[in-house]
Amino acid sequence: MNGIHDMGGMHGMGSIRHDPIHHNPIRHEENEPVFHEAWEGRVYAITRALGAWNKWNIDASRHAIELLPPADYLRMSYYEKWLARNVELLIQRGMVTRVEVETGQPAPGSQKATPPLTAADATATAARRGSFMRPEAPAQARFKVGQRVRARNINPEGHTRLPRYARGKAGTVMRHHGIFVFPDTNAHFLGEQPQHLYSVRFAAQDLWGDHASARDSIHLDMWDSYLEHA
Amino acid sequence: MNARDHDHDHDHQVVPSDPALRTKALESLLVEKGLVDPAALDLLVDAFENKIGPRNGARVVARAWMDPVYKKRLLSDGGAAIAELGFAGAQGEHLVVVENTPKVHNLVVCTLCSCYPWPVLGLPPVWYKSAPYRSRAVIDPRGVLREFGLDLPEDVEVQVWDSTAEIRYLVLPERPAGTEKMTEDEVAALVTRDAMIGVARVAAPQAGAA
Repeated sequence: MNGIHDMGGMHGMGSIRHDPIHHNPIRHEENEPVFHEAWEGRVYAITRALGAWNKWNIDASRHAIELLPPADYLRMSYYEKWLARNVELLIQRGMVTRVEVETGQPAPGSQKATPPLTAADATATAARRGSFMRPEAPAQARFKVGQRVRARNINPEGHTRLPRYARGKAGTVMRHHGIFVFPDTNAHFLGEQPQHLYSVRFAAQDLWGDHASARDSIHLDMWDSYLEHA
Repeated sequence: MNARDHDHDHDHQVVPSDPALRTKALESLLVEKGLVDPAALDLLVDAFENKIGPRNGARVVARAWMDPVYKKRLLSDGGAAIAELGFAGAQGEHLVVVENTPKVHNLVVCTLCSCYPWPVLGLPPVWYKSAPYRSRAVIDPRGVLREFGLDLPEDVEVQVWDSTAEIRYLVLPERPAGTEKMTEDEVAALVTRDAMIGVARVAAPQAGAA
């Protein structure tokens, strides 16, 4: 979706030293804590623990943040967005009701579940090496390393990982990563529909014009269907 | 605060607006419904506050500086080489390491959200997740780097990595001069989080420190 989250290349968001929305200098925080307040750590951990239910996937969870109203998206801190996203997904997937969230109480007569992530396996889970690769999936690679390609001009209302700033622009395939879960369908629970994934190099001037350095480049990871031959 | 403001505050406590209160309410609901185990939450917080952080990435960089064979493996299959040192987990499923040289400087961003290689760098700092960084790193990387105090000569090529898929990028910084006689632990101590994102170089050790 052409949402506020797709910010690459936008102007007016402030400098690295001064963020006008949150009015705080964001760069030089010496010994920045992992969590600035205890609730942020709880939100992070709740998110990981809820993930173990497999009621949604990483793409759906990114999309739920993209669906926040743009003004809220800009105003909220990172973990406030995670909190809002968790509530929306829990309701959407039928794990809690909005009334339960508002009252803070389980609905009368509701059954108590057993959490899939327990203390016994939390540490091991944190260190497990998963994979979004699907090497056995029946996907055709339409592109090869070294080929010139163009990012398609697509504007889906749903989730996509093809940023606006690259659409319609030509680049070069630099690396073939293998076959990966396709976020555009997975985010909407329409299946993983794995596709080949490539690292594509775009000359900075092809993206931004003469203002950019002739030497510099931006590399994006792009699924097969994001690309056409150039 | 006058009496009217005081009443106003109370009106809002019907639906707590404070994220700390809302988080507490949500956690207790989820615990009561058996959806999360609070002891598992404690362990996850502890893991990211105390165990999984940029010191992990610094070990990887230091090993690569000390051992050219390891460095070769790291650059050809980052995930496997990093797993050799015991670092793996969520947001590190597919790791690619990009090498800085005197002529190439790499910078990592996620313009669409805040993708970041958790197993080697921990959770991202606030600035990495901020709109200013996400919006500007791709259109004005040199300007961003200058704000971080790094003014690159025009003949250095800047390569920006926008983390649009599940590939996570880690920058292998240049080893600073004056570290030739240092041990792996000593060079690891020089490596900063910012250098592994690409917004800084690793500074040479202070004179007399090595």
